[in-house]
Amino acid sequence: MLGILASIIDGVLVGLVYGLAAMGLTLIWGVMDVINLTHGAMIVAGMMALYLLVSALGISPYLTLPPVLVGGFFVGLALYWIAIHRMVGRPPLMSLLSTFAVNLILIGIGTAVWGTALFNVEVSLPGITIGRYTFPGAHILAAVLAAVIAGSLYVFLHYTRIGKALRAVANNREAAELVGIPTTRLLAIAVGVGVSLAGVSGMLIGTLFPYTILSGDGYQLKGFIVTVLGGFGNPVGALMGGVALGLLEGLVTPFVPVSWTLVIEFALFVLVLIAFPGGIFSSRRGAL
Amino acid sequence: MKRLCLLAAAATLFAAPAFAQDSANTITIGFTDSQTGPLNVDSLGQQRGYEFWRDEVNAAGGIKVGGKSYQVKFVSYDDQSVGGRVQQLYTRLINEDHAQFLFSPYSSGLTAPAAVISEQYGKIMLDSGGAEEKPFELGNKYLFMVITSAGHYLSGAVEALKSKDPHAKIAMVYSDDPFSKAVLTAAKAQALAAGLDVVMDESYSPSTTDFGPIVNKIISSNADAFMGGGHYSDGATLARQMHDQKANMKWISILVAPADDKFGELGPSALGVTVPSQWEQQVNYKPQFGPTTAEFAKAFQDKFHAKADYHAASGYTCGVVLQHAIEQAGSIDPEKVTAALNATDITTFFGHVKFMTDPGHHGLQDAHKMVLAQWQNVDGKLGRQVVWPLEAKSSELLYPISASQ
Repeated sequence: MLGILASIIDGVLVGLVYGLAAMGLTLIWGVMDVINLTHGAMIVAGMMALYLLVSALGISPYLTLPPVLVGGFFVGLALYWIAIHRMVGRPPLMSLLSTFAVNLILIGIGTAVWGTALFNVEVSLPGITIGRYTFPGAHILAAVLAAVIAGSLYVFLHYTRIGKALRAVANNREAAELVGIPTTRLLAIAVGVGVSLAGVSGMLIGTLFPYTILSGDGYQLKGFIVTVLGGFGNPVGALMGGVALGLLEGLVTPFVPVSWTLVIEFALFVLVLIAFPGGIFSSRRGAL
Repeated sequence: MKRLCLLAAAATLFAAPAFAQDSANTITIGFTDSQTGPLNVDSLGQQRGYEFWRDEVNAAGGIKVGGKSYQVKFVSYDDQSVGGRVQQLYTRLINEDHAQFLFSPYSSGLTAPAAVISEQYGKIMLDSGGAEEKPFELGNKYLFMVITSAGHYLSGAVEALKSKDPHAKIAMVYSDDPFSKAVLTAAKAQALAAGLDVVMDESYSPSTTDFGPIVNKIISSNADAFMGGGHYSDGATLARQMHDQKANMKWISILVAPADDKFGELGPSALGVTVPSQWEQQVNYKPQFGPTTAEFAKAFQDKFHAKADYHAASGYTCGVVLQHAIEQAGSIDPEKVTAALNATDITTFFGHVKFMTDPGHHGLQDAHKMVLAQWQNVDGKLGRQVVWPLEAKSSELLYPISASQ
């Protein structure tokens, strides 16, 4: 019984990080209907930034959060102007292909530079032990930070001028333009924030598990499931979707052979798509 | 313009015989490697082993057949770690690049489809990257495995664990791929035959990112020993999460990942972890053919500025074994070289190499023995030590793992 409880808690902790990883993806979709397929590469970029900063400067892994957050924003701005700007408003396949191409380029460069060798960042934080089960300190802190960042995003979107403008653009771009909102600049900001979130989630995941340059794909895939669970274009829903996915993984594993976990996850994915095409936690797409 | 054409024609006249002479004195060997994709690290070791052998053979004057010397030429392509690419590329290697002999890609998953093509065209393929037995049970005639096959990967680990705890309870958790499944299926039978208890036997999807719930399940199973893993990042993640979640295993054997030096990056999570290894630098066989371990290790280090791992050593051995067979056959005729490979019974720096010849297992490795290496802290430095079999050990086996921390 304690084992099941431990798996559930563990699932929720990791689920919060999955949720954060999916928030960037769903934010960009919500604002401009673009599926950003560089998302996995950006998560890996966050991981690599963590590794390089920690090994070069010898600082605490958590001190890399601010530079990754800021750096990710500017990388996102560059990504917008390079791969997305001309594709906004065109058929979704165009932006899908253009971001996929950038993803291949980034992963190709990463493989050429680092190969697919293993990277690991040591984090020594005391965990919490209940019976024979231990919740590592790094997992708890990553979950707390993910929740705080998600909360900050909510505040940003609902209580700041730029955030409100972003929501206006997501709701109705033409109307936003009519009232004088510089929509192009805001679209760039949305991609900046989305990539920044991907980078930070990569940085947090990097404190939990070892990784390679190819690790982003798995999290991108999870990002899609979380987005569907949470509702397209709904960042807060994404966080809840992440928790739901983590919870599901934690709940399923003790009862069925672990090879069935993915089957159940994707079966749920299809069921949710059929029953709630807009996602479980979303009332309306584009409302942010 | 006319003079230019004449000059070009003259150049062609001189160049053509030179080219013909060049190809007549060259043996072309084809293979694919995984320059990109998840198998990149292990494949790179194997590829370096192949290339290192080629460079050494060519520098020594080539492969000697009768009174003639052949230089070795490679043709290779990136298979992107994708099985679907392999058959297309091996067909190309044979038909367009005219490869006379083939080396295997890396991993069982890629070697099996490549073997279909090599057999179809009657080309000899030396295999150092795929340990799964299945392709060798299909009546193939030209496929030869220089490494120990999957069924024996964890034999040493089972024996060593039994020597320390005859009543150990083992959790077997492994990647859902042909190689890992073959290894753990055999290991389970060996463990049960040895009287050990297997309390958990499950496979996970290769795309698994978080092993937290799985580690909790291992703890709930009351296992005190762990055997499993798969290829690379999954094995490393398992080791790290078992350490972070204080699974308190007395024994951990993980496939492939700990055989790479980068596994040491895990620090305390790596300590005490054992890995079945095809070859380690501490192993010292007396070679009848090719370099000694010390010569190989030093020359490799000098050339690549990296330590040779078992993938590099097995790749090199493919070349050594093919060279030996060609020289024994005194010909590059495929049938004669196949007969020489069937009769091969030599010791190289990699160990004893001999192939099974019965139709049900033709080409499987019959003589090579694996060692068990353990990550230990020796003189304050984390590294792999050979701990099993006892006659090959470079350090005492540390059991339970907590004894090494």
